[in-house]
Amino acid sequence: MDNERRKFLKIAGISALAGIGAPAIAKLTTTAAYAAPQHEEAAKAAEAGAEEDAVSGKQYGMVIDMRKFIEQPELLDQAIAACALAHNVPEFPPDKQKSEIKWIWKTPFENAFTEESFTHLAKNIEEAEFPVLCNHCAHPSCVRVCPTKATFKQKDNGIVAMDYHRCIGCRFCMAACPYGARSFNWEDPRPYVKTYNPNFPTRMRGVVEKCNFCGERLALGQQPACVEACKGSGAMVFGDINDEKSEVRQVLAKEFTIQRKPSAGTKPSVFYIV
Amino acid sequence: MYNKGTIIPGLILFVLIVMSPVLYNGLKAGVVPTPEPPPGGQKQCVLPAKEMKDTHMQLLNEWRDEVLRHDDRVMVEVDGKKYRKGLQTTCMQCHTSKEKFCDSCHEYASVKPYCWDCHLTPAQAASKKETH
Repeated sequence: MDNERRKFLKIAGISALAGIGAPAIAKLTTTAAYAAPQHEEAAKAAEAGAEEDAVSGKQYGMVIDMRKFIEQPELLDQAIAACALAHNVPEFPPDKQKSEIKWIWKTPFENAFTEESFTHLAKNIEEAEFPVLCNHCAHPSCVRVCPTKATFKQKDNGIVAMDYHRCIGCRFCMAACPYGARSFNWEDPRPYVKTYNPNFPTRMRGVVEKCNFCGERLALGQQPACVEACKGSGAMVFGDINDEKSEVRQVLAKEFTIQRKPSAGTKPSVFYIV
Repeated sequence: MYNKGTIIPGLILFVLIVMSPVLYNGLKAGVVPTPEPPPGGQKQCVLPAKEMKDTHMQLLNEWRDEVLRHDDRVMVEVDGKKYRKGLQTTCMQCHTSKEKFCDSCHEYASVKPYCWDCHLTPAQAASKKETH
C-alpha cells in the first residue's frame, strides 16, 4: 500500500515538471526563422489599424473663431441664449450653481486649454471668455463607459448623442469626459426653464445631459442654434470635418487651430482659432 | 377532510376579500371612456384608429428608437400627408389636450406612462411661451 503511494507521487511529480517545462524548452529551441514572420504580421496589423483609424463617414465638427468673439463679446451671449431656448436648458440662480446645466458655456483660456502654457498670455486672450461645448469626439470616452448605451456615437454623422429614456444617472460619463461637457439633473429642471420650446422635451431629475449638436435641427436642414445665432459673423463654422470640400475644412486648411486637451486621445471635433 | 369547519369558511372569506374591489363596484368596470377626437377636426391619423388604440405604445417606442438611436428622422407619409416622428411634434399637434385625450383612457386603465416626465404637454408648453 505504502509502496504504491510512493510510486504514484513520483510519477505525478515528474509529469508535472515535464508539463511545466515542455513549452519553455519548445520556445528555446525554435529558430529565428519561425519568429520573423510573426513580426511582419504584427507590422501589417498595425498598418491596418492605422487605416481603420483614418477617415470613415461623416463627422460633424465646428471651428470657433476667437478673434470674432473677442471683437463682439455679445455674440457668445446670443449663442448661449439661442441654445437654451432651443433645448429648454434651465438657468439656475447663483445660489444653486451646483445644479447648473451646461450645453454651451463660457470659460477662460487656462480652463479651456489646460495643456497650453498661459504665462505672459496676450491681454485680450487672458480676458476673453471662450465658448466651450461637447466636442463630439471621434473616440468619445463617455460612450465607452456608459453601462446602458444611453450615450452613443451616431454612425451616420458622428454626433455623440444621448437617449434620455435609457440614462440611469450613474454619471460614469461625467467622470469620463475630459471636457466637463456633461451635466447631471440634481433636481427637476422645469421650474428653471425660462421659455419652453414646444418642439423639444425637457429633461427629468436624475439624467445626464449635454449638447447634441442640434441633431433635431440638422434633420430639418437647419444649422445648430448657436451657429445660427452668430450667422454672418463667421465666429462659428459648422460642417462635416471629414469632407474636404466642406466650409469647415476650408477654414481648417487656412487657419492655425487648436483643440482642447488633445493628449486625452479622444480626437475632439471642435477647433479653436485663437 | 380534516378541519372542514375552518377551511371552507376560510376559503369563502378569502375569495370575498380578493373580490371586494369588484363587488364594491357592483360587478361593473365603470363607464368606458371615450377619448376626445382632435378638436381641429382632423380625421386622418398615421394608422387606422383601431390599430392606434391597440399599438400606439409600440409605435411610439419604435419612433423613439428610430429618431434617437438611428437618426432616422425621415417623415412618415400617410395619404400624401407627411408627419414627423414625434409625440410632442406630431401627436399633440392634433390631439391638443393630454388631459382629455391620453389621460381619459390611461386613468381608467390605471396606466402610468412616464412620457410627460420630460415631454411637454401642450398646456405646459403654452405656460411658458416665447414672448416677442
